[in-house]
Amino acid sequence: MIGDLILQGVQMAIVLLLAPLLTGVVRKVKARLLRRQGPPVLQPYLDLRRLMAKEAIVADTASWLFVAAPYVIFAATWVAAALVPTYATGLVFSWTGDLIAIAALLGLARFAQGLAGLDVGTSFGALGTSRELMFSTLAEPAMIMIAFTVALVAGSTQLSSIADFMLTYQAGLRVSLAMALLALVIVALAENARIPVDNPATHLELTMVHEAMVLEYSGRHLAMIDLAASLKLLLYASLIACIFAPIGLAGTGAGMGAMLIGFITYLGKLFGAGVLLALFETSIAKMRVFRVPNFLGIALMLGFLGTLLLFVSRSL
Amino acid sequence: MSALGLLALAVPAFLAIAVFAAFTARQAGAGTRVYGACLVIATLAAIAGLGALSAAPTTMVLPLGLPWLGTHFRLDALSAAFAVIVDIGAAAASLYAIGYGRHEAEPQRVLPFYPAFLAGMNLVLLADDAYTFLFAWELMSLASWALVMAHHTERGNARAGYIYLIMASFGTLALLMGFGVLASGAGGYGFDAMRAAHPTAWQAGIALALVLIGAGSKAGLVPVHVWLPLAHPAAPSHVSALMSGVMTKVAVYGFIRIVFELVGPPEWWWSLPILIIGGITAALGILHALMERDLKRLLAYSTIENIGIIFLTLGLALAFRANAMAAGAALALTAGLFHAFNHMLFKSVLFFGAGAVLHATGERDIEKLGGLIHRMPISSAAFLFAATAISALPPLNGFASEWLAFQAIFVSPALPQWGLKLLVPAVGTLLALAAALVAACFVRAFGILYLGRPRTPVAASAHETDRFSLGAMIVLCVLCAAAGLLPGVVIDALSPVVQALAGARMPAQSATAWLTIVPVPDAHSSYNGLLIAAFVAFVALTSALAARALGSSATRRARLWDCGYPGLGPLSQYSAASLSQPIRRVMASVVLRSRERVDMPPPGMLTAARIDKAIHDPAWDWIFTPIGLAVAFAAGKFNHFQFLTIRRYLGLVFLLLVALLMYLGLGT
Repeated sequence: MIGDLILQGVQMAIVLLLAPLLTGVVRKVKARLLRRQGPPVLQPYLDLRRLMAKEAIVADTASWLFVAAPYVIFAATWVAAALVPTYATGLVFSWTGDLIAIAALLGLARFAQGLAGLDVGTSFGALGTSRELMFSTLAEPAMIMIAFTVALVAGSTQLSSIADFMLTYQAGLRVSLAMALLALVIVALAENARIPVDNPATHLELTMVHEAMVLEYSGRHLAMIDLAASLKLLLYASLIACIFAPIGLAGTGAGMGAMLIGFITYLGKLFGAGVLLALFETSIAKMRVFRVPNFLGIALMLGFLGTLLLFVSRSL
Repeated sequence: MSALGLLALAVPAFLAIAVFAAFTARQAGAGTRVYGACLVIATLAAIAGLGALSAAPTTMVLPLGLPWLGTHFRLDALSAAFAVIVDIGAAAASLYAIGYGRHEAEPQRVLPFYPAFLAGMNLVLLADDAYTFLFAWELMSLASWALVMAHHTERGNARAGYIYLIMASFGTLALLMGFGVLASGAGGYGFDAMRAAHPTAWQAGIALALVLIGAGSKAGLVPVHVWLPLAHPAAPSHVSALMSGVMTKVAVYGFIRIVFELVGPPEWWWSLPILIIGGITAALGILHALMERDLKRLLAYSTIENIGIIFLTLGLALAFRANAMAAGAALALTAGLFHAFNHMLFKSVLFFGAGAVLHATGERDIEKLGGLIHRMPISSAAFLFAATAISALPPLNGFASEWLAFQAIFVSPALPQWGLKLLVPAVGTLLALAAALVAACFVRAFGILYLGRPRTPVAASAHETDRFSLGAMIVLCVLCAAAGLLPGVVIDALSPVVQALAGARMPAQSATAWLTIVPVPDAHSSYNGLLIAAFVAFVALTSALAARALGSSATRRARLWDCGYPGLGPLSQYSAASLSQPIRRVMASVVLRSRERVDMPPPGMLTAARIDKAIHDPAWDWIFTPIGLAVAFAAGKFNHFQFLTIRRYLGLVFLLLVALLMYLGLGT
């Protein structure tokens, strides 16, 4: 029992500690692709430390919600990230929530973030919230449909069971899974405010979404939100890895050696995901805001078609 | 005394209060006495219902009503479950009204009808023959109509009452004909005769369609929902909460009672119209709510959405039951009943919050409010709590029931019919879309109403509401939290109902470790609201403490930054209309034909720029406006008959007589 709890604790610690690293890797690779030197890979950690040490400035029109929101966002995202298998499946609390619950926990974080954007009463914050709401009304159902597709293949919505099933490679190559993968990548780009949906490096009011919502934040509050954003990126990378590239993942009840292998392959997968994301972002331009619904609509349609195919193919 | 006797006694008790109120309504303190008595009776009735949940069905016949029929009462698990829903809602509304009702300008227009409304709703649940059922249904409709008309001088309320009256009569007519069809097969108006009879496929199909119209119009299904967003907001806020949170559940009860029990064993195709209508209702209702600027009407549209979700799960349950998949039917039905319970809880809190705002500011238009969280700290927190719950966010109860609905969809590929195989994924998409839109809707509602800076002086000078109102909101929020953290308890409590209607029950949840809920044992899908809540709360608290301990704990209050333009006034904030503009442009431009026209004066002109927005409800455009025009046209034509000479009238009578005699002659 104690050992199980320790393994669960390791999982929670891993996602928290690795999250800024992934963000740093993406930034570094992007910079190198643009032939810039770029900040050090460890820069996100330094940023967090600097933000933590600064005093937090809160607007005098802000309510308690503005101060509480960063911690709710952080907690919901961290719990969601800890539910995604990283190095091993079947951890002791892995049955606490399934893929739908993970999507809903991210929804809780978004709910808090959207409200925080409205709390101070500035037009910028509300602008970000307004756009985020539009994106999320398409990205969230797309995520649910992806969950359906994957769950129908694997026979469970429980992520640990899905990863275990994928590890046996019984699923083979399926059209539905390919659709789900494509849809999941689109959703991941939108949810993490990456190009082509949003630009994490911009502060131009015409284009920004996520950054607009957090404009009034500073100090430790901003640090929490930044850390949550990194965690979310890591969550989606782990999610795609554990469903579509479960190789190396330690199955339920595996020994320490398998877990070590799982951890090393997980690091490799994260690095791969970071490089791929940087490559994709540098090779594509940002979309106009009202193009994004079409882009996300593709994800929703793919998720729907994937589910429909599985419903129909049951009887064939 | 038996639970049935106790619940049946609640009805005359409420009616006695209504009579008492009719005579004393103008006296000082009448509201407190009436609402206090209603609170006591409703609480007792809720406890009686809770006790009767797992008891065997009991019946009672009273020599009232039609002499050859009598009045039949029956209390089984389904009635008991809905009695719990109705009477918890009624008790909370009564508690709220002890405080809120004091501000009523004309209490004699509210007090006598309020207990009668409660009596009608309780009586519907106990009725065991068509006559009693329809009588109770009409009592409920008419009492609520009187309450809608309580503030009849306010703009739009008379029209709302008129449309409600037409739709309610129409709905009852449909139910009456539905019972007629069933009774013709059963040979009697008693429910036990209908239960025993097996109607032909035609009879069952017609009865299903009529019940869908009759109960659906009361519940607010598209396209017979048009009265609901007009009538629910027009009533005083505690009555709005009852109509939205409770009366729609009575309609759901009527639908379940008739379709799951009286019509006989279901055919698979029955589920098709219910699934389609449920899915469309869910998506259309919440899209309307997102466009709305009247707070109470927004909540009414959100009720339509939740009713859509409930009917969607009922449709799934029917499909499963028709295919003898009892486990799936039990899962879907549990999801629907659980959601009905949840919706009563959070929708009541939301309407209570709206009432508190309405009393504090005199304003229902969210565009004119803002910043109320500073002046209404407790009621805003309760509203936020309920908004989180209704948005299906973990760890609260709305998520638990929607999670069960998703799990029910997840079992449905095993359904053999092609129609269902193609339809269920589409319905699942609509459900997912609705769930996402709800969150957006309530970020907008809460954000514009309570957050930001006050947009008008009335919003800046608002005050917190009274203690009774706050107490009612807090009690319901606690129930929301309990149902969200311990969904297994609710699922187990609903199991006798589900066992009776679906032929199976969900696996017992109280036995699973850590109180996790596991809907289908072999799928390993599980959800634990308690642990999720504990984790999130623990992490949020420790991170807040750690951030202060490890970093700087200094906090400075300063003027807002706003990218360096802090001097702009509160009107520079986003409005509710601008917040939902992207969604309006992307989704509502297709579904609701939303159009906006910008009237920008040329440079140099000093006239103000204007933006005009218009949205259309397809139900009005395609169904009710044409019907209204047709009726007006026909009335215009028939109007001529009013001004004929006596000779022509006599001629017409003669012609009719000849026609009737010929009919008789040819018929025999």
